[in-house]
Amino acid sequence: MILATPAARRRLLERATTIAMIGASPNSLRPSYTVFSYLRRQPEYTVTPINPTIEQIDGVEAFPSLAAYAQERGAPDLVDVFRKPSEVVAVVSDAISAGAKAIWFQYGVINDEAIALADRAGLEIVVDRCMKVEHARFRGGLSTAGLNSGVITSRWKSVPRL
Amino acid sequence: MIKEEREFGFATRALHAGTPPDPATGSRVTPIYQTAAYVFGSTEQAAELFALRSYGHIYSRISNPTVAAFEERMASLEGGLGAVAFSSGLAAQLCMVLAVAEAGDHLVCTQNVYGGTVTQLSVTVKRMGIATTFVPADDLTALRNAIGPQTRLLFVETIGNPSGTVANIRDFASIAHEAGIPLAVDNTFATPYLCRPIELGADLVVHSATKFINGHGTSIGGVLVESGTFPWANGRFPLLSEPSPGYHQKVFTETFGEYAFLMRARAEILRDVGAQMAPMDAWLLLLGLETLALRMDRHVSNAREIAAFLQMRPEVAWVRTPQLGSVFTFGVRGGREAARRFIDALELWSHLANVGDSKSLVIHPASTTHSQLNDDELRKAGVEPESIRLSVGLEDANDLMWDLGNALERAGTS
Repeated sequence: MILATPAARRRLLERATTIAMIGASPNSLRPSYTVFSYLRRQPEYTVTPINPTIEQIDGVEAFPSLAAYAQERGAPDLVDVFRKPSEVVAVVSDAISAGAKAIWFQYGVINDEAIALADRAGLEIVVDRCMKVEHARFRGGLSTAGLNSGVITSRWKSVPRL
Repeated sequence: MIKEEREFGFATRALHAGTPPDPATGSRVTPIYQTAAYVFGSTEQAAELFALRSYGHIYSRISNPTVAAFEERMASLEGGLGAVAFSSGLAAQLCMVLAVAEAGDHLVCTQNVYGGTVTQLSVTVKRMGIATTFVPADDLTALRNAIGPQTRLLFVETIGNPSGTVANIRDFASIAHEAGIPLAVDNTFATPYLCRPIELGADLVVHSATKFINGHGTSIGGVLVESGTFPWANGRFPLLSEPSPGYHQKVFTETFGEYAFLMRARAEILRDVGAQMAPMDAWLLLLGLETLALRMDRHVSNAREIAAFLQMRPEVAWVRTPQLGSVFTFGVRGGREAARRFIDALELWSHLANVGDSKSLVIHPASTTHSQLNDDELRKAGVEPESIRLSVGLEDANDLMWDLGNALERAGTS
């Protein structure tokens, strides 16, 4: 099922704790590095790069494949995809085999066949969205930059603990 | 448990968007964060902030919590992806141009725009090597023909100032999009309460926030809102789609996706131009926005009543009854001199160069706001020597008409 609403994406982001990032790059100019660097600093997530060409990024161990990851760590809650659209059908197959519950296609990663495949397997799907941006929408990050978070509330989110 | 989403209405968003209780204190009113800079939590966090990999404030020339609250509220009301606030409407406009164009590029603008815009584009921006072609708003063929390979923007006003002409934004949007360029709309006179250009196909919206958004004439400000739907990577905007020497060789469209324009407008243009909004002004603008819907209803009903009143007066040659908004012009019989006598005889209406105040305002454009324009340019802008521009405020309509009636009698007797 494609998660088309902000509330559905928010639920996914709040439920997930393990994120396997396909195509995460150690090159700081790449968008995938920006997202990796942001997400791995969020205390609620354990983010793991999946990339056969590297050993680690900023000291975080990388796995060569989703299968290798799943063998050691178990099924990831969420697979975040930074790959060419033409290569992502295989990524979805790997995600299904690894037991992932959700798959997130980053900006521009749009492949109808891959989406249909994930949908048939019952995965939650996010398409053409950035995980960093959606996380920041609900945590106040977007609001610091004058971006429309869509959040309207009169509850104090950071009430001190008694 | 998260509730299902709700599409909140305009008045609710005008009160709440961008301003949840202050995260630090629970203060229900957004505090005025009167600070130049922000402490970094660590060297690592500082590095992440500078590299635009994490969110937060560095220095108030680039962002500030009070200003960000105003920006988010404006983005919400206009139906945009985000907004960047500036020190004035003209600063917002200049920075919008700089975000998409460089020396050698070209803009197309409709003729019936604010005199300050004409001067900015035809003198200052031209000196920067960016030329502008001004085309009559009702000549769509001429408009289409004016767009060339170097054109980066089509710029129009929702309501021409002071001509009152209402733009057909859908038509302008199709012309711009056929040519692969964005449509920018100055929505100052309409406000997002009366017109939301992004819903009609516009890509960029600019405001002089000094006017109805502030609503009380207390501060100067500007804001630029972007839709997030324009394809900036279409090959026509290398400033956004090629590595930026101004920001670590980042490719904005690649790194920020739909946020590319807004990130560049802030992280490069606002940073380098330094025309940021002050926190105190943002706070006054947030306060003004809370009553925007109520105020606009009253502005419009008062304006209609006063336009009808003027129509009946023998001293009045003509009235351009407003199709939208509360700023309009009329002509006093007896030309320039009668117009001057009329203004000098007013008691309640304030004679000044502004519009959109809660108080009623009046001006004689030919001798003030449009005095830089020659007779030919004046006519092209829809201004006659006897034109009086009114910005109808929130007073009792009867009191406003009493004052106008007395002054018209005075204008008729030389």
